[in-house]
Amino acid sequence: MQETTRDLQECMVLDHVDYVYGAGTAYEKHALSDINLVLGKGEFIGLIGHTGSGKSTLVQHLNGLIAPTGGHIYYRGNDISAADFNKKELRSKVGLVFQYPEHQLFETTVVKDVAFGPKNMGLSKIETDMRTFAALKEAGVSEELYDASPFELSGGQKRRVAIAGVLAMQPDILILDEPTAGLDPRGRDEILDRIAQIHAEGNRTVILVSHSMEDVAKYASRLIVMNEGKVFCDGTPKEVFEKYRELEKIGLAAPQVTYLSEALRQAGVALPHNATTLDEAKELLLADWKGGRR
Amino acid sequence: MIRDITIGQYYPVDSPIHRLDPRVKLAGTMLFLISLFVFSGYFGYVIATVFVGAVIKISKVPFRYIVRGLKPVLILLLFTLLFNVFLTREGTELFSWGIIHIYDQGLITAGLMAVRLVLLVLGTSLMTFTTTPNQLTDGLEKGLRGLKKIKVPVHEIAMMMSIALRFIPILIEETDKIMKAQQARGADFESGKLIQRAKALVPLLVPLVVSAFRRANDLALAMEARCYHGGDGRTKMKPLKYKGRDAVAYLILFGYLGLVIGSGFLPL
Repeated sequence: MQETTRDLQECMVLDHVDYVYGAGTAYEKHALSDINLVLGKGEFIGLIGHTGSGKSTLVQHLNGLIAPTGGHIYYRGNDISAADFNKKELRSKVGLVFQYPEHQLFETTVVKDVAFGPKNMGLSKIETDMRTFAALKEAGVSEELYDASPFELSGGQKRRVAIAGVLAMQPDILILDEPTAGLDPRGRDEILDRIAQIHAEGNRTVILVSHSMEDVAKYASRLIVMNEGKVFCDGTPKEVFEKYRELEKIGLAAPQVTYLSEALRQAGVALPHNATTLDEAKELLLADWKGGRR
Repeated sequence: MIRDITIGQYYPVDSPIHRLDPRVKLAGTMLFLISLFVFSGYFGYVIATVFVGAVIKISKVPFRYIVRGLKPVLILLLFTLLFNVFLTREGTELFSWGIIHIYDQGLITAGLMAVRLVLLVLGTSLMTFTTTPNQLTDGLEKGLRGLKKIKVPVHEIAMMMSIALRFIPILIEETDKIMKAQQARGADFESGKLIQRAKALVPLLVPLVVSAFRRANDLALAMEARCYHGGDGRTKMKPLKYKGRDAVAYLILFGYLGLVIGSGFLPL
């Protein structure tokens, strides 16, 4: 952790969280074991791991959809498993966008579908409408689609509408589980840029679940790598990708540009460190080139 | 939660029963069901119980696991018991109070009926415990292929069955996922009055139906892309072939049936 005196009241704290599927049967599976994390306010966190590493299970714990079988989760200092804890409020504060969120659309128009969340929160009609339109705008859904049926939209548009459905609850923490799965490169960049913008404007914590190193390296300021239900490493993208040899062992890899800069350094180009994004590589190379000319 | 429902309830272990040809198990189950209704003496019950017990033992499926499968028929069992106890008017009266009369014959019939029902459920569930749904439909297709001559679309029926069975766990998983996604948006499926609860199902059912159609579409496309054109001339990767153990199993089955029928002639 970079900050030593972070106010824990503002954070989500996971304390020795364990989760076991189907305990006591032939199908028992330890999905999460001994997870200890502090998710600070305003952070942009990339959560990476192989399929089955427990990342989806972990994010479902954060809004109380799954209760841990061991350990505690605290949101703003309150234990979310406590009997008197308001789970419904937690779910509006910790917005979770599932994988392929467009599969959950059900209403007759886009606006009605996005309004589902705020309506469930018991907000007034005006407040619901305001939040709905704000969320649609934030998610980048163009206005002529507002009254269309969500089933008529294209894949990328549907996904934005689904993300707007969660944004409309105005959560403090926004979790997106593989938001770019199944999109073409352009749709992927648009969604990711949109998410980065949402993070920058809204002062929210954003957790981006992904297995694409390129995606998370570009946007996240902190990476949490999961492997077999445990936190494998936790740090800035630079710190995490330094260990790319260990990442390879668990079936992950650093971004391609990291490998490229490593190869350049081996070939004698004097880069100070490996790059994690394309922009960074460009700067490093330009600096080296200018330095060499002088 | 919803994920805990097991359908098909195949229990994955390796046992002589698991390895039998599915046709043997299908025929065996049919024969066993018939046998349960042909015997009349007490001796028949003993033979049938011993037979089921032996098969359970050989199948290596834990007894506890099998008993759990009996739970759904518990209510049916209870009703049969009560009706038999209260409505039988034969033998000597043991107890009477108001309109309730209990005869000894009633108790005996109730007891025997319960044993018969339990054996029936155990026998059929043993088949599903030891045979995967795919083997079962394969067995059905091959076993009934004679019916093709009278224009019964055996292959199509078998294919539909295996697709339906294959889709049950997928749809359960999908339901679980959509439920969670809507709960994340504040949907409430667990409280409220009946009408409210029915209304709360709309956000679950609409996406579920849409996804079922989408999957059906994808599957149809995938099948066509693999040149699927029905059963004619289609070969199997693992064709069913009778082996020595299947012959032994048939012998044992007919031996059992003979014993049960023979037991009817015993003076018991």
